[in-house]
Amino acid sequence: MSVTKRYGFAGAAMVLLIGLTFVIPSFSSYQLATACAYLCGIAGLTLLTGAGGQLSLGQAALMAAGAYSYALTANTMADAGTEGPLLLLVPLAAAVIGAAVLGLVIGLAAGRLHGPYLAGFTMALVVALPAVTSTFSSVLGGDQGLWITVEKRPASLRGIVSNEAWQAWLAVVCSVLVLTLLANLLHGRFGRHLRAVRDNPVAAALAGINPARTKVTAFVISSAAAGMGGGLLAYTTQSAGPGAYSLVFSLFLLMAAVVGGIGSLTGAVWGAVLLVALPHLISTATSRLELSTDLAQRLDGNLAVAIFGLVLVLVVLLAPQGIQGLLVRAGRRLGQARSVSVPPQSAKSAPSPASSTPTRLSARHEPEQLPATPKGQ
Amino acid sequence: MMIRSKLRLGTAVLAAAALGLASCASPDEGGEAAAEDVPGITDTTVTVGTHQPLTGPAAAGYSTISPATKAYFDYVNDNGGVNGRTIEYIVKDDGYNPANTQTAVREMVLQDEVFALVGGLGTPPHSAVLDFVNDNEVPDLFVASGSPTWNQPEDYPYTYGFMVDYPTESRILATYAQEEFPDKTYCFFGQDDDFGEEFQAGLEAVLGEDGLADTQVYSTANTDVAAQISAMKEAGCEVNFLATINGFSAQAVGTAAKLGYFPQWMASSAGGDFNTLSGYLGENTNKLLQGFVSANYLPGYSDTEDEWTAKFSEINEEYNAGAPFDGNTIFGMSIGYLFVEALKEAGENPTRESLLEALESGNVTGNGHAPLGFGEDSHQGYTGAMLTRVDNGVQSYFGTPFVVTGDEVEEYTEERPAMPADGLPE
Repeated sequence: MSVTKRYGFAGAAMVLLIGLTFVIPSFSSYQLATACAYLCGIAGLTLLTGAGGQLSLGQAALMAAGAYSYALTANTMADAGTEGPLLLLVPLAAAVIGAAVLGLVIGLAAGRLHGPYLAGFTMALVVALPAVTSTFSSVLGGDQGLWITVEKRPASLRGIVSNEAWQAWLAVVCSVLVLTLLANLLHGRFGRHLRAVRDNPVAAALAGINPARTKVTAFVISSAAAGMGGGLLAYTTQSAGPGAYSLVFSLFLLMAAVVGGIGSLTGAVWGAVLLVALPHLISTATSRLELSTDLAQRLDGNLAVAIFGLVLVLVVLLAPQGIQGLLVRAGRRLGQARSVSVPPQSAKSAPSPASSTPTRLSARHEPEQLPATPKGQ
Repeated sequence: MMIRSKLRLGTAVLAAAALGLASCASPDEGGEAAAEDVPGITDTTVTVGTHQPLTGPAAAGYSTISPATKAYFDYVNDNGGVNGRTIEYIVKDDGYNPANTQTAVREMVLQDEVFALVGGLGTPPHSAVLDFVNDNEVPDLFVASGSPTWNQPEDYPYTYGFMVDYPTESRILATYAQEEFPDKTYCFFGQDDDFGEEFQAGLEAVLGEDGLADTQVYSTANTDVAAQISAMKEAGCEVNFLATINGFSAQAVGTAAKLGYFPQWMASSAGGDFNTLSGYLGENTNKLLQGFVSANYLPGYSDTEDEWTAKFSEINEEYNAGAPFDGNTIFGMSIGYLFVEALKEAGENPTRESLLEALESGNVTGNGHAPLGFGEDSHQGYTGAMLTRVDNGVQSYFGTPFVVTGDEVEEYTEERPAMPADGLPE
């Protein structure tokens, strides 16, 4: 996709999703807002793990950094009497910066680690989160977390759109921005460097790329995206607490990235949708079944985790490229079917959709990508 | 190869169908209820919801509360319901995690369109939805938490408390400790949130700023309390006040016993139910809990003479599949009873406004040993408590109930409300 096309697509997606909030019920708008917030975190992981090859289990901790930065900034500003759009935008910026700074610190250490060591290190961050929040409970509010003063929707919109729809608007705009920026980075020089370092750090270094710096940069960018996600969650739920950013949530984010298709940002979208829709579908399904109270209770919190695990296993076995991989494959097959039934010249004029969105593996082997790397240095 | 690719295509179609379902599952559910004037009320039903920790760190202590409430509602429904309407009771699991409470409560309010929330459990989880339910003008009744937060009629007109609040409870316990154990060293072990803070504030109001020799806190995310308990042992604590949920009361007592340390425990009603604690402590329960003092205000589960206890026990046998009968069962049924009482008082065709007016009228009395504080300027639940002590594996009340007015702890001498015929509010 060319850059102009990408902006067009982003704009269209934004308009479409915002339009959607006028049709769907408030609760679905809330789900949309949550999905967009998750999307920021998952897209960050897609860049870091998918394109950069650095396995991180700590994305939830970085989202928490965003949420706490948002909370502390918003509450400080509200105490000082600030109101209006500033009370919304400055904390959001703080969420991104706060998480990016933490990402830089982690990244500096993580740049020296790889594989299971990095995974272990980042997992420790998430595990340590409750201990950190209760150690500094006077500032971070301990287990209970922080209650946030938020700038509600502008007075002029009250009565026209629900609070949930407004939250969805904000989340849609922010997440589309994040995704567009990440897509630009991934398809530009930085993306090529990142993939080169992932595939062969020695070759990349010989080609003039600084692997350590590239890895740290990837960590910072990924963290900033997660911070935006955390900031959005803080805004919609009006709270920041350790319970919301548990190890399970961190693993869910990674699972969502893998199930969606870790090679592409579009995959991150599927992952985010699944992360919100699946637990909801399961609880709707169990509540319609005539189960004994005891069984329904046992299933309520646990079934979602089990099914998510099952979906992950199935995806890894049957569709290693995730949902996005499946869709690309299906699209390509449709394209092939068409090219068989129609004369070749018309098939040529309609390029198959697969060629415009290369999956990770095919992108890796596309010959024109590799020589391009040294040019930038 | 063919089979594999078909399988893949099949998976894709399934995924797409699931996503499609997700998007259309929502609208059709809301539609029906929205047609009614009052959310959650039809000619034949009243739908209410609650959020409960059915899984997670607090589950073992509290997951039996909502089935008890449901059993009581089922009993009422089988006896004609309330003004011809049966009560439908939606229970959502939030795992005691405020982030999940956010989603669960939004789903119940926005999608299931409940008439009211009844007995939402836990200070941190419920704090997370306080603004949301009040912005949406949903009656938020009988929050199962002793935080004074729920008693702010000016800021949160839709929210009403249920439990005796923590500072009230801790004042009563501290006053008793001063009389019974005048020269001992007092210490405090509490949850690292409003629960602990407010409880401690009540203790210090009675014992003085430096009345507590040592103060330790725990986080629900970490079940190991050995460090805190050994610090208390080191500090020479003899009377330990507990602002703990059931699981951590048991942890504290059990850990202390392992250290060969046997102080006097004085627990909040939130974490002092003998049967629940014995579930954690196992075979040594009777020995470990001998002399354990805790506050309570509802009918005692061991008082077989008590008419409320007898009725609830009967309902438990018939409607709760004979689940173990303990303080949580009585707690759940008492919340159910109080809601039915309020709903009856709200008139033939209840609205959210008439429900709140019913509570403000003061005619809704509950079944506690101390009176409820509901009125125009107060949304406080039970205003006092009575003390229980464990002796040879039986937890029973002793002395008289106490109420707190201002800073004063006074004996409460009036009779508690008598049970109406068959335990059904008139």
